Amino acid sequence: MSLTYLDAICEAQAHALRDDPRVFIYGQDVGAFGGAFKATKNLAKEFPGRVIDSPISEDAMVGLAVGAAIEGMRPIIEMQFADFSTVGFNQIVNQAATLFWRTNVSCPITVRLPFGGTSGGGPFHSQSLETIYAHYPGLIVLTPATVEDAYSMLLEAVAIDDPVIFCEHKFLYRHLKAEKLPSEALPIGKARIAREGRDLTIVAYSAMVQDALEAAEELATEGWEVEVVDLRSVKPLDTDTVMASVSRTGKLLAVGESWPWGGVTAEVIARVTSEGYGLLDAPPQRLNAKDTPVPYHPNLWAAHRPTVRSIGAAARKILRH
Amino acid sequence: MLETVSEPRAGQIEAVPEAHLSAYRFMLRARLLDEKFAALYRAGKIHGGVFLGRGQEALSVALGISLNKSDVFAPLIRDGAGRLAFGENILDAVRTYLGSSLGPMRGRDGNVHRGNPQAGYLPMISHLGAMVSVVNGVLFARRMKGITGMVGAACLGDGATSTGAFHEALNQAAVEKLPLVLVVADNQYAYSTPTSRQFACESLADRAVGYGIGSHTVDGTDLTACLKIVGGAMANARAGGGPQLVVAKLLRLCGHGEHDDANYIDPKLKNSSLGRDCLKYAEETILKNKWSAAAQFAIWRNEAVEEIEEAVAQVQREPTPDPFAEEWTALSTKHLIEGNI
Repeated sequence: MSLTYLDAICEAQAHALRDDPRVFIYGQDVGAFGGAFKATKNLAKEFPGRVIDSPISEDAMVGLAVGAAIEGMRPIIEMQFADFSTVGFNQIVNQAATLFWRTNVSCPITVRLPFGGTSGGGPFHSQSLETIYAHYPGLIVLTPATVEDAYSMLLEAVAIDDPVIFCEHKFLYRHLKAEKLPSEALPIGKARIAREGRDLTIVAYSAMVQDALEAAEELATEGWEVEVVDLRSVKPLDTDTVMASVSRTGKLLAVGESWPWGGVTAEVIARVTSEGYGLLDAPPQRLNAKDTPVPYHPNLWAAHRPTVRSIGAAARKILRH
Repeated sequence: MLETVSEPRAGQIEAVPEAHLSAYRFMLRARLLDEKFAALYRAGKIHGGVFLGRGQEALSVALGISLNKSDVFAPLIRDGAGRLAFGENILDAVRTYLGSSLGPMRGRDGNVHRGNPQAGYLPMISHLGAMVSVVNGVLFARRMKGITGMVGAACLGDGATSTGAFHEALNQAAVEKLPLVLVVADNQYAYSTPTSRQFACESLADRAVGYGIGSHTVDGTDLTACLKIVGGAMANARAGGGPQLVVAKLLRLCGHGEHDDANYIDPKLKNSSLGRDCLKYAEETILKNKWSAAAQFAIWRNEAVEEIEEAVAQVQREPTPDPFAEEWTALSTKHLIEGNI
């Protein structure tokens, strides 16, 4: 049997619904229809009254989740696309993220964001918003890059007492496959060495991990041994694992699919530069999408975001420093 | 266009003398507490703003007094009277304004941003309309747990009805048929903006038709009417009649905050029936009906002043937050705080 990243997300939700009566799913088309991407396929039937269609009201969807969390529930909110979460942004960053700090009452909600580019998605169905949520105190921001992590991290997200922004990459939904679901996993907050190497550290997360691994394969044929660190969670950010890797390689490239101004890659470089300046043999570099909305046409889209090719080119530049 | 579509069932919610007198005493305490906060503000004893409920006490108390302890209440900035009636103690109000670390917000938030979520008393964020869907969520969860016979109430001003959050939440409550009572104090100004720049329908109560929910209008300066209409709306919601919108017309008898002299308020409005002081009118009603004597007002006033002064004196001796003792994390999951991983 082979499971996709999307299957893993559906299975994790089924598991959470089965194990914990406090869990319910609320979002647009998540009920009988099974969700725009089928991430809740068959769940409404299996768990009657607990997988519920919402009106197209992202603000009220998150507000309802916060109220339910106050009442002791553990809601999962599916945003149809990450892009639309900006309509519910206020409830996420000002209501959910501040509740515990203000009142000592925790807010265990999980907001699932199908994010990232797929060819033809265009400006409003392709965005990567992990950076903007990571900026706000009180949120956990997760970016699984594998089928196994999609499953185990979503289960852990539902169990966490704080609001979790769960960024699931739409390209990985059907692209990645695994033989079985994991029975154990690294805890949230720990990064993973996805590939070992001695010449350069590439720090990536979500779909960019897969592209970075492919680039590393290519570079290996040229004699370069590239280490790839999969952050898994961008907040909290596992600086220790990144620093340990840079201490071995002396070189750093941070890759992210989101826009270049600030963000996760800038945070990684800032931390390594300030805490590990002496470890670096070359100026650290970062690679992000271009500073425009995400274009529709495949020709433009493929040039907008980092690719195996552009990651390889950026890596060679650092390696030849 | 719409008149009250749902009268309370006969004998169920009546503005009986006892209810009226009890409500009046909460109004009086709220007015005096507000006056104390204003005085402390002028004396430079309060950090940040002070927001009064002057002119809105009748509406606010009618809501607070109609709620049970097991209900949910999301008051807004001018609901001092409703808060007291719902069960807030004066000490916690003073502690929040003065930033006592013993208060419910521990100096992390102040003034009107106070509550106790686990007691169904939700602390407002400043983004208007945002609390309504949170009330929906509590009601939704309780229904999932099989709890019935309860209601959730949220308060807004006329300005908040222009937000997307208001629309989304009211529509959501209607779709889910939640026992929500949404009370709008149409107090003629959102900060300085008159209602003519806020909405173009004749009455905000007309909007209820579009949501498919109960609609009620009331003279917000008349305590008797507020008790009857708000109580009736709540009874409808409690009995399974779905969301209820109550729109009260009144005039804000103060600035937006104490920093605001409100010189933009049209003098004609002040002299109109909207500008009637609900507290004075409640007193007149009591005297006219001989439910109590004028001498009793002075006794209640003195009792309230004493209680407030004692609370302020006590809170002024309480500790303020210590930045060195502060945890400086917004997460409740301690093992996910960077540095603990």
